[in-house]
Amino acid sequence: MTLRAELRRFIVENYLLSRDESLLRDSDSLTAQGILDSTGALELAMHLEERYGVTVQDEELHPDNLDSIERIAAFIERKRA
Amino acid sequence: MCGIAGSLIVGGQARHPDMARMLATLRHRGPDGVNYFTSPLCALAHARLSIIDLETGAQPMSNEDESVWTVLNGEIFNYVELRAELQGQGHRFRTRSDTEVIVHAYEEYGDRFVDRLVGQFAIALWDVRRERLVLARDRVGIRPLFYTKSGGRLLFASEVKAILAVAPERASLDEQGLAQTFTFWATVGRRTLFRGVESLPPGHLLVVEKGAERLREYWDWTFPAAPGRTDLSLEAAAEELHGLLQIAVRQQLRADVPVGTYLSGGLDSSGITALARQSTADLQTFSIVFDDPEYDESAFQRDLAERLAVKHCPIRCTDRDIGNVFPDLIWHTETPVLRTAPAPLMLLSRHAHQSGFKVVLTGEGADEVFAGYDLFKEGKIRRFWARRPDSSWRPSLLSRLYPYLGRSPVENRHFARLFFGQRLDDVDSPFYAHLTRWTTTRGIFKLLSPELKAQLASARPEDELRAQLPARFQAWSGLARDQYIEVKTLLQGYLLSSQGDRVSLAHSVEGRVPYLDHRVIEFVNTLSPRYKLRGLREKVLLKRALGKLVPETIVKRVKQPYRAPDSRSFFDAGAPLSYVEELLSPSSLRRTGYFHADSVARLVEKCRSGRALGAGDNMAFVGVISTLLLHEHFLSGRAAHGAQVRA
Repeated sequence: MTLRAELRRFIVENYLLSRDESLLRDSDSLTAQGILDSTGALELAMHLEERYGVTVQDEELHPDNLDSIERIAAFIERKRA
Repeated sequence: MCGIAGSLIVGGQARHPDMARMLATLRHRGPDGVNYFTSPLCALAHARLSIIDLETGAQPMSNEDESVWTVLNGEIFNYVELRAELQGQGHRFRTRSDTEVIVHAYEEYGDRFVDRLVGQFAIALWDVRRERLVLARDRVGIRPLFYTKSGGRLLFASEVKAILAVAPERASLDEQGLAQTFTFWATVGRRTLFRGVESLPPGHLLVVEKGAERLREYWDWTFPAAPGRTDLSLEAAAEELHGLLQIAVRQQLRADVPVGTYLSGGLDSSGITALARQSTADLQTFSIVFDDPEYDESAFQRDLAERLAVKHCPIRCTDRDIGNVFPDLIWHTETPVLRTAPAPLMLLSRHAHQSGFKVVLTGEGADEVFAGYDLFKEGKIRRFWARRPDSSWRPSLLSRLYPYLGRSPVENRHFARLFFGQRLDDVDSPFYAHLTRWTTTRGIFKLLSPELKAQLASARPEDELRAQLPARFQAWSGLARDQYIEVKTLLQGYLLSSQGDRVSLAHSVEGRVPYLDHRVIEFVNTLSPRYKLRGLREKVLLKRALGKLVPETIVKRVKQPYRAPDSRSFFDAGAPLSYVEELLSPSSLRRTGYFHADSVARLVEKCRSGRALGAGDNMAFVGVISTLLLHEHFLSGRAAHGAQVRA
């Protein structure tokens, strides 16, 4: 499973409480969809640290890094590089 | 305080229902006695909680020649003055009861009698000569009154369960009511959760006479066109307010039984307690203590109790207490709730009842009247920001919001900016301040079953609310508009009901709310918003008015709205409480049909494992449990039977 597919599954299951992965495209803004707010970002950061072994710094909790599947995927890849 | 019920024949050969059966469901509201008035056309029933005129205050009560009969749920606080006025006009009184002023005031003033009443009331009045029924509800909606047409009768009662006991066909969910509750936390206007059962709106009369039915508004919250009155100094306005609050508290202390207060430790209840203490030598206060410091205010409660030398009676409320009492809570609220906060208050009313109290004064309403909520600040900041959307420092004011939340929506400034920046330019929306809150609440829609989701696809809760707004609404200040929406949704439908009347009367305790005395509201509403929210400082006028009565530590403390632990209250050592497990089982969810089993299972797992950090998940979880309990209590086909068994 690709990183993006994994992320999509996590977000759809945990935030939309669904299994229907067609609900979310890679470029959809998670904030505009009502999926992510400050608390949701915290939940997401916890998951990224546990699942991908990266450490999310406070200043990295930013929509530029976390507001869509494609941004999260790019963020993880950057952190792993 | 009491429970009332009644029936009016409006068609054909109909007969009154079994009134005793209706009253049996309301005995928690009035355990001290029951009585009836029955005529061929109208029947009135009353379950009494004796508070004023313990000897001769039994209801239904009539005028001198028994041509006007009434039942009252609530209190008429100015009955002493009104009685003297009516006696001066030649009316003869047989009792010392506040209820008796109603029949004489009706004789004297006709339907305008309600304008003369200061109080919290739901009234049914039968004019024998004119064959005319008048139902009336207090201005703010402190006491409830529901009605429906069934089998050629108009049935009415203090709680819906009394209607369901004799009209079981009304035990049917109003899906639009559910959509409203999952948006505003409450239904609005006349709508309830039960199809065909209506709520008499606050400040309204329903008159039924010879087949014609007329609903008339006699009072509503109103504000001047912006900016409002600015001619008074803050000091002068505070002095006038102080005088009005003294009158309100003094009149609300009228009772032939002891009166206590609820003391949360915040400004509002501290103010009421201090005012009540001025004329009550042996005042007793009741408070809730939580183990979790995020919710607990006991240090402030003790501090004030010591300074005022009152007898302080706290109860400790655990997560388990909340989970255990929750099914009973929903029996009383008759609606889903999205927070557990009413549950500890139900335990508190039990505590007050067991301590021998039937009446308590509370600080409810101050946040709406004096602009205490962070929501009002949120609206102010967003309007300010919307004038210069490209500004970077204007949205930085958001960091001043919600300091009391363990997990706050402003915790991360970048996401806060995105979250609160949604529909930023929609400043003309009447719901501008409320949009973000409602978006969060509506998260529960994603849990609905496909069938219910399809039924609600066309539901537009905002449209129904918009249609009820007064014509003058758009001329008001932004704050006044936000206050009005707050009053018409959360205050009326939730705080005064699920978290007010229902939980106190569950244990036969009458809550009185001096801040919602209409004379206080009318005075404060004339003033410019500057007297309420100055900069981002809330309740400026109230703080000044109470400054000499309440210690500075309480006046200056950071506001902490009353809340209680939510989803974690339904788990014990990682396992759901047994009734929760049963309600949430796939078979139960399929049978009831409201929610998608798979989605609920994901949410349960999130809550169980402590990963539900945000308000949205917690509200959704409590909303699911309470909807399923509502179903079990009232909608499952066992409703009428259940009503009798519970009674």
